[in-house]
Amino acid sequence: MRLDQSSRNLSEKGLAYSALIMGTAEHRRAHNFVLRPPSHETCPMKRVVCLVMIAWVAICGRGEFSAAEELSAMTLEVEGALKDLSSEDAAVQEAAVNALIAGGDPALLPKLEEVRATADRSVRMAIKPVIDLLKNKAKLASPDSNDRRSAATDLGSLGRPASLPWMQAALQQEPDRWVRYTLEESIQLIRLSSSDPEIQATAATKLGALHSQNAVPHLKELTAASSEGVARASREAIGRIETWASWANGFETIFRGISLSSILLMMSLGLAIVFGLMGVINMAHGELMMVGAYATYVAQELFKGYVSPELFDYYFLFALPLSFLAAGLCGLALEATVIRFLYGRPLETMLATWGVSLVMIQGARVYFGDLTSVAAPNWLRGGFQAMVGVYLPYNRLFIILLSVLCVVGIYLLLFRSGLGLRVRAVTQNRNMSACLGIPTRRVDAYTFAFGSGLAGIAGCALTLVGNVEPGLGQNYIVDSFMVVVAGGVGKLAGTIVAAMGIGSLNKLLEPSFGAVYGKVLILVFVILFLQWRPAGLFAMKGRNADA
Amino acid sequence: MKLTSTNDEKTDDNSSNQSRREFLSSSKKIAYGVGAAALLGNLGNWALSYAADKEPIKVGVLHSLSGTMAISEVSLRDVVLMAVEEINAKGGVLGRRIQPVVVDPASNWDLFAEKSKQLLLQDKVSVVFGCWTSVSRKSVLPVFEKNNGLLFYPVQYEGEECSHNVFYTGAAVNQQAVPAVEYLMSKEGGGYKKFYLLGTDYVYPKTTNKILRAMLLAKKVPEANIMEEYTPFHHQDYQTIVGKIKKFSAGGGACVISTINGDSNVPFYKEFANQGLRAEDAPIMAFSVAEDELRGMDTNPLVGHLAAWNYYQSVDTAQNKKFVADFKAYCKKNNLPDGEKRVTDDPIEAAYFGVHVWKQAVEKAGKTDVDAVRKAVYGQKFLAPGGEIKMDEGNQHTHKPVLIGEILKDGQFKTVWRSQGLVKPEPWSEYTNPEKGCDWTSHQGTYQKKA
Repeated sequence: MRLDQSSRNLSEKGLAYSALIMGTAEHRRAHNFVLRPPSHETCPMKRVVCLVMIAWVAICGRGEFSAAEELSAMTLEVEGALKDLSSEDAAVQEAAVNALIAGGDPALLPKLEEVRATADRSVRMAIKPVIDLLKNKAKLASPDSNDRRSAATDLGSLGRPASLPWMQAALQQEPDRWVRYTLEESIQLIRLSSSDPEIQATAATKLGALHSQNAVPHLKELTAASSEGVARASREAIGRIETWASWANGFETIFRGISLSSILLMMSLGLAIVFGLMGVINMAHGELMMVGAYATYVAQELFKGYVSPELFDYYFLFALPLSFLAAGLCGLALEATVIRFLYGRPLETMLATWGVSLVMIQGARVYFGDLTSVAAPNWLRGGFQAMVGVYLPYNRLFIILLSVLCVVGIYLLLFRSGLGLRVRAVTQNRNMSACLGIPTRRVDAYTFAFGSGLAGIAGCALTLVGNVEPGLGQNYIVDSFMVVVAGGVGKLAGTIVAAMGIGSLNKLLEPSFGAVYGKVLILVFVILFLQWRPAGLFAMKGRNADA
Repeated sequence: MKLTSTNDEKTDDNSSNQSRREFLSSSKKIAYGVGAAALLGNLGNWALSYAADKEPIKVGVLHSLSGTMAISEVSLRDVVLMAVEEINAKGGVLGRRIQPVVVDPASNWDLFAEKSKQLLLQDKVSVVFGCWTSVSRKSVLPVFEKNNGLLFYPVQYEGEECSHNVFYTGAAVNQQAVPAVEYLMSKEGGGYKKFYLLGTDYVYPKTTNKILRAMLLAKKVPEANIMEEYTPFHHQDYQTIVGKIKKFSAGGGACVISTINGDSNVPFYKEFANQGLRAEDAPIMAFSVAEDELRGMDTNPLVGHLAAWNYYQSVDTAQNKKFVADFKAYCKKNNLPDGEKRVTDDPIEAAYFGVHVWKQAVEKAGKTDVDAVRKAVYGQKFLAPGGEIKMDEGNQHTHKPVLIGEILKDGQFKTVWRSQGLVKPEPWSEYTNPEKGCDWTSHQGTYQKKA
């Protein structure tokens, strides 16, 4: 227990109090000897404090404690400070605040909240640091490492030296690497504002070694410090931190590029099959993604309604195949009712599928409404810290993994299975395949359904980064076509390379040109590229090139 | 659409009127015969209603019921109809019933102008309640000014407008964005020193941020501590921007001022939370996220962030409790989607009291004539759900309280700060246009202040 630990520290200092009285003892010291301003002799509160002091001296004089006396002494003391908080006099108020902080007893929190609820503005402002500090102190002992880490960050930014021993104690027994890192960073940040130049210089050097980005503004101020040692240490630290930051930034940009590429790839894979292999311009492809997204929503609602809450987090694993099936079935129906009558007539297909897409959007509005949201499961929330300054969100890592799996799956299906052989045969030469006894109609239907199912999976994955709404597909359809066309129609490898290229280029351009012009530039590049190579990156060669 | 399908039955009589009219104008030859029949039918109806009551006062409701803006605007249509029903239940205005004419401009800016022309010239409505986006307001403005119509516009907007034909019941920039940033700069609000202005690329965010930038510079915030960035509509990938915010906020003291609109909010807040940023490190102050939008969002990544409005559903007044209960009951009774689960928010409240302010003004003027009503609106007071509001004496805007709220898990707001009394509206910001003023009683609209 943390409380025992601190009490051991205290007894080493010769203060033989029990853990219970710890808060009171520290508080008292602060109250009497350090922080009490001499100018408030006449304040009525002084009398209360004197009474408490007398009580304390009397108790100490007797040299023995009973639990009841300890409690009453503590209560008196704390209540004194609590009353002081509402004092008109700013100095008295500050003394009370400092006393409560030094006491550092999180058990006071409910009482403080009570005071805050009834107090006026100035008092609320005065109590805020006390509550913040005590809350974070309590949070340092939380079993959740995220809580401990955010408490450490907060204590660092509050910048109260009183919190140093708490954090040092926590540091001793912290198992998690990144919480330890944050604790150390916060400790050094507080030390940086110490009055002793030697401590400042060591803190600056240590922060440099920690590559702490948070320290840069403080360090910059210190480069103009009066002490030469501090200034030099700060300059060196800033240099180290910034070198590291540029590396970290590079890594993050690469990761962002890969992440965007994987999303583009997920969206375009289905289209690459439907448009690339079959030559069907399916304007409703985005709506098939929307079907996948809504299937995820339905899966979530089903799990909310019928499955026990502990299993809720697994809904997403159930949603993935469900969205594949739902979108695949929609695709099958679309193929059977509209597209099969229009093979070889791209313009009519385009118009018909565009109409279908409008019907599907409005259908989703009627059935689901505009207000649907998918909450990512807990295991896909937050992120993983790869190194200082590089934070990789789990949802994006998951999408990257999923897109790799999809590519592998498609490869195996198309190039390593009998069905794939038939698909390729039909797309290359329909008549010859029919002659050889391949049921071309059925192969068409299956291929289209498979491409639609991939769109469904993409829709499911997109719920992790975006929202679920009827117009979802419209946001992505243009990008998907861009990727497939730039990659070269009919070539899966082209789609993959184009997705990587466009995604990374976008993320390279965005930091310097902004999101709006970044997108404009990408479109310009794609247009220029298609001028240069109209067939895309990987052009089809041979007899079926213009079939 | 679920929303429009319920609307269809409501607008039925109107749309059949409409088709009748189109029919008349398009095919004149047969029109005489059919038209006479229609006229007879109309006459019969009219005579009947006249026998029971005097002729009703027509009011137009111009909100998108389909398309991208339907998600926000349908609620405004609902609350306007509810206010009309309330007034009718108490005997109407000047002893006459109010008859709402609902049209659907379908989130299409050109259609907004067309439908408003139809409302003013064909239906001859006394007043129109409508519009949400600034684009739609700008597109109907010439129609209203040319035909001397009257529009009650219920949404917060960027200012720099002073039309004689519009009453603005939403907030001007100095009643929402400016106090919000002042709050963040104050000790109570956290004393933030660095500001990341992030918005969608269109007129409202750009004008608002222009004013905020001028204000921050006037308050001695160094240029380096202000970042401004825009994203296209429907932007989905916020990785780079959140990365920039992270860098910007390192060392503390930074906040994000968000004028991001519509469906980009969800990916933004999700990315923000997933990259490990917390509301404590860099709070996001939003001007376009209200209870109605939060209904359809996963609130986990939003909890603890802030918003600035003039009203929240959680405002604790007797009249607000009644208003919220009435609205829920109204939605349930009329089988509107989500029924009792519906929530109220700032634009809904502003649309609601707009109807009542107009009613009071008509009663004061004793007639529905636009010029008389306009004059009567000046200085009108009304006990709105969020507290008493007052219409300005000259600039056609509304004096309102300003509230800063923290987003809670259940999609509601906890008020963390409230302005002292009402804030006077300034259509022309003192930071960007200090020399301009707006007044229709002692001046002719926008005027040059004397130095």
